[in-house]
Amino acid sequence: MSEISEKSRLRTENLNLYYGSRHALKDITMEIPSRAITAIIGPSGCGKSSLLRVFNRMNDLIPEARVEGNVYLDKISVYGEETDAVALRKKVGMVFQKPNPFPMSIFDNVVIGPRRHGVKHRDELESIAENCLRRVALWEDVKDNLRQSALNLPLGTQQQLCIARTLAIEPEVILMDESCSALDPESTMRVEELMTELAQSYTIMIVTHSMEQAARVSDMSAFMMIDDEKIGRLVEYGTTEQIFSTPKDKRTEDYITGRYG
Amino acid sequence: MKLSAKSSEKIAKSIIWAAAMLVVAVLAAIVIYILAKGLPTLSWSFLTEIPEGGGAAGGIASPIVGTVLVTAVAVLIATPLGVGTAVYLAEYTKGGAITKIIRFSAESLAGIPSIVYGLFGFIFFVMYLGLGWSILSGGLTLAIMILPTIIRTSEEAIRGVPGSYRETSFSLGATKWQTIYKVVFPAAIQGITNGIILSVGRSVAETAALVLTAGSSLRMPTSLFAPTRTMAVHFYTLAMEDISPANAFGTAALLIILIFIINVGANILLNRFISNKGKKKEAKGGKRN
Ligand SMILES: Nc1ncnc2c1ncn2[C@@H]1O[C@H](COP(=O)(O)OP(=O)(O)O)[C@@H](O)[C@H]1O
Ligand SMILES: [Mg+2]
Repeated sequence: MSEISEKSRLRTENLNLYYGSRHALKDITMEIPSRAITAIIGPSGCGKSSLLRVFNRMNDLIPEARVEGNVYLDKISVYGEETDAVALRKKVGMVFQKPNPFPMSIFDNVVIGPRRHGVKHRDELESIAENCLRRVALWEDVKDNLRQSALNLPLGTQQQLCIARTLAIEPEVILMDESCSALDPESTMRVEELMTELAQSYTIMIVTHSMEQAARVSDMSAFMMIDDEKIGRLVEYGTTEQIFSTPKDKRTEDYITGRYG
Repeated sequence: MKLSAKSSEKIAKSIIWAAAMLVVAVLAAIVIYILAKGLPTLSWSFLTEIPEGGGAAGGIASPIVGTVLVTAVAVLIATPLGVGTAVYLAEYTKGGAITKIIRFSAESLAGIPSIVYGLFGFIFFVMYLGLGWSILSGGLTLAIMILPTIIRTSEEAIRGVPGSYRETSFSLGATKWQTIYKVVFPAAIQGITNGIILSVGRSVAETAALVLTAGSSLRMPTSLFAPTRTMAVHFYTLAMEDISPANAFGTAALLIILIFIINVGANILLNRFISNKGKKKEAKGGKRN
């Protein structure tokens, strides 16, 4: 335990999330280690996305959403009064379910973050773009088409581009919400390889509906489910190996073995 | 007697088709009639000479200049105000009392006949602010008149931008204003521009609101404080006072051509602007092959 604490990047303490009067997440306490992939699994509607969006304060965009409890990124209190959500989101990047490049060129997409954060020099932007596109193994494919609209790329490539766009803000944590669900198997494999590779330097959290994916790529797994009052709970959390081989909770076991719809 | 679904479908289709054709025919008839009567008058000297004898002779150079200036003042003032209001309505309010008041005001403004704008402009700009009959008074009056159109079309365009763009932008550490400016605006630009073009057309064609505010001077305006007579007002005067039917139709023909050019030209510009982003990419991407 102490080993994980030392390295841990993200931490929640008695986290509760409400959408207006709807209690969506209840009493979630967990530590997410750095330089590893943590997968959140569970049936649809159990609050996986809601939990993920707690970490970059995406729920701020929903007026009726309210968070109770503590969330920490290292020593920063994510919901602390002095914490600026805009600054926080530069540290906690997010890749969405559907590839969502902006209707602009490949180049402009990748550097949109750095541009906003004040990088103006063309050379600097170009090297950022090359760097990030190389990291997602896209550079060779698109280096001659950087001015092309990103919308013309195939879906799988768009998602790689979106990951590059997130890398360009130099985050410490990357949140991925079912980021492979819109992709074909081959692109999925490429993105999974990318996750594994990125996990060497980033803290990665993924939400996935694919048990196989969780088993393949993640180091830690969190199983969530709604309780009798339809409130999202963290049922079991541990190393992926343990969750998938010797789940402690009956519900986890049922879900893993496919006995749950 | 009972019609089969198929034949009633056919009848409905033909009625709708006939209605559409009727609209086209009426439009074509008006345009052809005016062009036939007016085109013979249109000449280089008609376009470049100042009217003489109250428009009985000479050209319409000063009304052309007046039209351009009044329209420019109106659009340059109404666009930032209207787009700003639209951004506020679409991005910053959550349906509170202020939103309702703004929207109610904008909708009410849209339903007011233009002569009432003219009267207001006369009382407020011409008399109270002492701007007199002038391009400025006319332009300001038109600005208020076209404001609702610009607000509504811009708001619709901004609301039409997918929420995922905003969400993504925020997730990349953008502030709200950066998101609006760099992501929402570019995506909404086409709708916003359409509203502005529509407003230019209305300004060019307006008479009632201008008679009372811009005046009816036929002299070439020398400043924004000078009175002027726009082409539409000029046409109205020539026709109503039976000064010169030929020149009236010449002016009307030019108005129609102008509005046509504005619409088509703006569309071409817009398409070029949009596909230019695509063209550049092809030019550069093409190097590869
Ligand atoms: N913006 C919202 N407003 C109200 N309820 C929401 C909102 N977003 C999600 N919820 C509710 O919270 C619960 C969890 O949703 P979500 O986090 O999307 O689950 P998952 O990602 O596991 O499918 C669902 O019951 C959903 O209806
Ligand atoms: Mg989800």
